[in-house]
Amino acid sequence: MSDLHDLSLAEMARQLRDRRLGAVETAKHFLQRAAGHLAGADSTGTGAYLALDPEVTLAQAHAAQARLDGGQAGVLEGVPVAHKDIFVTRDFPTTAGSRMLEGYRSPFDATVVTRLAQAGMVTLGKLNCDEFAMGSANENSAFGVSRNPWDLQRVPGGSSGGSAAAVAAALTPAATGTDTGGSIRQPASFCGITGIKPTYGRASRYGMIAYASSLDQAGPMARSAEDCALLLSAMCGPDLDRDSTSLDVPAEDFSLRLNDSLQGLRIGLPEQFWGQGLADDVRAAIDQALAELKRLGAVVVPVQLPRTELSIPVYYILAPAEASSNLSRFDGVKFGHRAADPVDLLDMYRRTRSEGFGEEVQRRIMIGTYVLSHGYYDAYYLQAQKIRRMIANDFQQAFTQCDVIVGPVAPTVAWALGEKSADPLSSYLADIYTLPASLAGLPGMSVPCGLGAHGMPVGMQLIGNYLQESRLLNVAHQLQQHTDWHQRRPAPASKEIA
Amino acid sequence: MSLQSDDIQRIASLARLSLTPEKSERMLAQINDFFDLVEQMRAVDTQGLEPLAHPVAAMQDIALRLREDVASEPNNREANQRSAPAVEHGLFLVPRVIE
Amino acid sequence: MSARLVQGYEVVIGFETHAQLSTQSKIFSRAPTAFGAEPNTQACAVDLALPGTLPVMNRGAVERAIQFGLAVGSHVAERSVFARKNYFYPDLPKGYQISQFEIPVVQGGTVQFYLGDELKTVRLVRAHLEEDAGKSLHEDFVGMSGIDLNRAGTPLLEIVTEPDIRSSEEAVAYAKELHKIVTWIGICDGNMQEGSFRCDANVSVRKPGQPLGTRREIKNLNSFKFMQQAIDYEVRWQIEQIEDGHAIQQATVLFDPDTGETRAMRTKEDAADYRYFPDPDLPPLVIAREWVEDVRAQMRELPRVMAARFMDQYGLPAYDATTLTQSQAMAAYFEATTRACQQPKLASNWIMGEVSRRLNSGELSIEQLPVSAEQLGALITRISDSTLSNNAGKQVFDALWNGEAPAGQAALAQVDALIEAKGLKQMNDSSALEAIVDEVLAANADNVAQYKAGKDKAFNALVGQVMKASKGKANPQQVNAALKARLG
Repeated sequence: MSDLHDLSLAEMARQLRDRRLGAVETAKHFLQRAAGHLAGADSTGTGAYLALDPEVTLAQAHAAQARLDGGQAGVLEGVPVAHKDIFVTRDFPTTAGSRMLEGYRSPFDATVVTRLAQAGMVTLGKLNCDEFAMGSANENSAFGVSRNPWDLQRVPGGSSGGSAAAVAAALTPAATGTDTGGSIRQPASFCGITGIKPTYGRASRYGMIAYASSLDQAGPMARSAEDCALLLSAMCGPDLDRDSTSLDVPAEDFSLRLNDSLQGLRIGLPEQFWGQGLADDVRAAIDQALAELKRLGAVVVPVQLPRTELSIPVYYILAPAEASSNLSRFDGVKFGHRAADPVDLLDMYRRTRSEGFGEEVQRRIMIGTYVLSHGYYDAYYLQAQKIRRMIANDFQQAFTQCDVIVGPVAPTVAWALGEKSADPLSSYLADIYTLPASLAGLPGMSVPCGLGAHGMPVGMQLIGNYLQESRLLNVAHQLQQHTDWHQRRPAPASKEIA
Repeated sequence: MSLQSDDIQRIASLARLSLTPEKSERMLAQINDFFDLVEQMRAVDTQGLEPLAHPVAAMQDIALRLREDVASEPNNREANQRSAPAVEHGLFLVPRVIE
Repeated sequence: MSARLVQGYEVVIGFETHAQLSTQSKIFSRAPTAFGAEPNTQACAVDLALPGTLPVMNRGAVERAIQFGLAVGSHVAERSVFARKNYFYPDLPKGYQISQFEIPVVQGGTVQFYLGDELKTVRLVRAHLEEDAGKSLHEDFVGMSGIDLNRAGTPLLEIVTEPDIRSSEEAVAYAKELHKIVTWIGICDGNMQEGSFRCDANVSVRKPGQPLGTRREIKNLNSFKFMQQAIDYEVRWQIEQIEDGHAIQQATVLFDPDTGETRAMRTKEDAADYRYFPDPDLPPLVIAREWVEDVRAQMRELPRVMAARFMDQYGLPAYDATTLTQSQAMAAYFEATTRACQQPKLASNWIMGEVSRRLNSGELSIEQLPVSAEQLGALITRISDSTLSNNAGKQVFDALWNGEAPAGQAALAQVDALIEAKGLKQMNDSSALEAIVDEVLAANADNVAQYKAGKDKAFNALVGQVMKASKGKANPQQVNAALKARLG
C-alpha cells in the first residue's frame, strides 16, 4: 500500500465507502509510518507525535468499518486524522506540549474533535506543538522538538509544528492545528503543505486549550486546498451552547466554489509585505505563483496595510496579556502538575508554576502580567486594542480595492534548529506577515508555491475578508490544479520516512 | 520604558512564578528588548478610536448570547477529578488556606 | 437631619452586599446551584476550569439583575461588559473571577427605609453580576484544607452603596430593607445561614467637616444580630486608635462573635492589583429596552409602591404601611383580613400587635399562622359591630390560635360559635344596662357621693362595679355614657 498516503482525502473516503479500502488497514498503515516519530530527546525522526495508542485507534477504526459496512458512513468515514495536542481528547492524554499537563486526561472532547469524529474520522494520535501554542518553531515543547521532514536539522515552524511535519511526512493524511498569530500558516509554509485559519469564530474554541482567547482559531492542515475544504467543512459551524465567541453563521460546504474561475479576480499586494525584510528566494517563489494566478485570469493591484509593522508589538502585548490570565488556572489545585511537598500554599503555587511552565511561557506570562498591571493598562493594553482596530480598518480599506490579499507567510524559509532559540525577539519579528490577519480576525491560508533557499518549501499567504474561506480555497485550488508544488514530498532523509 | 529588577520581582510575584536570580536577569534583559519594540506603538495617535476587544465586532454588532436557565450538567465528579493531584472525600486538598 | 456622633466623631459607612441569585443553574455553566450537595458533585468542567472550557451566560441571572435594577429605581445599562478580576486562591478555579468592572449592568438607584420616624435614603452606586467562588474547609484536615467547588460559579449580584450610612442602626436597617427587597421580588432566597446574602461594611470615622477617614472593611457580616455589634466595636476601635495618635491603615477585618471584636485578616501582598480587563470569552451584554419593559410589566408591586397604596387606599399611617409591607406574605394577610372585615386600621392594629407578638415569641413565619385572614377578619367584624369587647376579642383570638374553632364552617360562623360557647357576647341592651346601673348606684352610695364631691377615681370604681355586675359583658362605652348621663 505504498501509495495509500498519496491519496487525497476525497479519494480515500471514496475508496473506503466503496470498500476498496478498509478502515483498519488504513489506520495500521499510518500507525506504522508514525511509529518512529514520537518526540523525545533521543528521537531521530520528526518528533511529530506526542501520543500514540494503537489500541484506541484500531478500536475506532473497527467502529468506522462497521458503519461503512452498515451504510451509515460519514463524509470522511474511516479517514485518519491526528490532533494538535492543544485539543482535549478523552481517549488520549492532552499535554499542550507542557510538563504542566503531563499525563492529563480530559473528561470531555474538544468540539472540533467531536465534529471530525462525527464525520467518521479515526484518531491516530496527538501531535507535538510549542508549549501552550506559544512559539514559531516547535522548539518550545517540553517533550522534545519537532523537525522539518524536508531537513531534519531545521525547524518545522510553530506552534503547529508537529501537525505540519506529520502531514508533510505522510504520517497522517490530515491534521488539526491552531493559529493565534500564524501557527497554522507558518508551519504549513515551512513544511510545504496547505493550511487555513478560518475567520475568528468559525470553529468552536470549546476544548481548545486557550492561549489568546480573542485570537485563537482551529483549522485544518493537509496536502491540498481540496483536502482542507473537506476538513474545514466538518470542523466549522456554530457551537452556540458552549462557546460564546462562536459565530452564529450557518455551517458551510467550503468545497462548493473550488472550481470557480479566477477570471477578473483582483489580487491585492500590500506594499508593506514586500519590504527589505523579505528574503529574495521567498520573493521569487511567490512571484512565480502570482504569475500563474495572472495566467488564470487574476489581476494584481497594489494596496496599503500601513500598520503592518505595528502588528508585532500589538500582538505581543495582547496575546501574552490574555495568556497570562488564561494560564492562571494551572495552579496545582485541581489538575495537572503539582510541586512535591509544598511547605505552604504560596510555595505550592510558585514551584508548581515554575516547574510546570517552560521559559517562553513564563516570559509571555510575565509580559502579559506587566501590561495589565496597575498603571500600565491604558498605555499598553488599551493602546494595543485601539491600534488593533486601526489594523482591522486598514484591511477593510484594502478590500474595497481587491478580493484577496496575497503575500508571504514568513520572511524566510525554515531556519536551523537552535538558530533563533536563544533570541526570542527575532522569532517574534518573523511573524510580521501573519499577525495582521490574526489581529483583524480574518481568514488566512498558506499554499505551497515551490522551493527556496536550501531546497526548503515556501508558502504563499492568501488573506480574505470575513467569511470568505471559500474564495481563498478556490484560489488555492485553482493554483493547485495548474501546478504541482503541493504534491512535492520531502526526499526520504532517513529510513523512517519511506 | 525600562524595567528594573524589582519590577521583575513584583510581576513574578503577581504571576506566582519564582525565578532564579540568573533567570530573572535574563528575563529582565529580554523583556526590556521587547519593550524597546513596543515603544513605537505607544507613540501612535489613537484618539477617538474604540478598542477592538472582540475581532467579530469589526464584522458585525455582537452581543452576548444568553442560554436558558436549566441545570442540565449531571454529576461527573469521578471523571472530573481523575487528574487531580490530591483528593479526599471528594474535596481537592491543598496546603492549609489561612484566612 | 444630623447623624448622631460617637465621641464627637461622625461614622461613615458604605455597604457591599453579595446576593446569590435564585437561578437553577450557575451563571456561566449548566451545573445546578442547590445548597448542601456532596462536595464537587455540582461542579462541572466549566466550574472546575478544566483546560478548554468556556463560559456561557445564564439568561435567568440577567433577568434577576434587571428586576433588581427596576426595584431600586436605577438605570439598567443597555450595554455592560464582563471583566476578569485576576488573583490566585484555591477556591477560585480559573485564577480569575468573571465580574463587571468599568461598565456594570445596574447603575445608580436608591434604597429607602424608616429609622424610627425618619425616612432614610441610601444611594446605590451600582450593582453588577459576577460569579461566586468555592469554599475552603479546614476542620477535618491536618495542615491541609479541602476545597469544594460546588459554589463556584453561582451567580451573584454585588450591590454597592455610596458611603451614605451614618450609624450602625442605620446600617442594620439598610441591610434589612435590602434583604426585604431581594426576597420580595424573588431574586434571592435571603438565607443568610446558607450564605445567600452576605454583607461587607466599609467603616470609617471623621470629625464633622473633615475629609473621609481611611476605611476598614468588615467582611462576611452574615447576621443582623452581629452586624450592629461588629460595626459598633469597629467604630470604637478606630476612634481609640485615632485618639491614641495612630493612623488607621486600610485593612480587611473579620468579626468574631465569640469575642465581640473585629480583627484584621492576614494582608495578602499585591491584593489590590487585580489587572482587570474585558473578558475576551464574553461579548458585551446587550439589554434591549423592550426586555426591561417586559420585566417591569411582570414585576410584582414593589414594597414601597404597595406601602404608598396602603396609605392611600386604606388611609393607613406611614408606619403601619411600612410595617405591613415587610414581606409579601404579611401584606397579603393584611389585605385578605381587610377584605373580610372592611376595617383596615383595626386589621393593621391586630396584625402589628397581637399577631406579630405571637409570631415573634413562637419564632413562626406568617405563613405558619394558625389563624387565617378570614378568621381574623371575622373577629374584627364582631369587635367593630360591638358584639365583642376588645378584651373578649383577645380570648376569641386565643381560642382560634389553639384550634378550637369548629371545623367545616365559614369564618364568621366559627367566631360566632366561639363567642356563644364562651358566653363572651357583649351586652348592648341599654334597658338591661339601665337596670344594672340603677342597682349599682343604689348599692354604692358613698362612691356616688365622692364622685359628686369631685373625686374622679370614684367614677372608675362605679364603672368597675357595673362591669362586674354584668359579668364583663357590658359595653364599656355604653357604661360610661349611662353613668355620666345619670350622675351629671
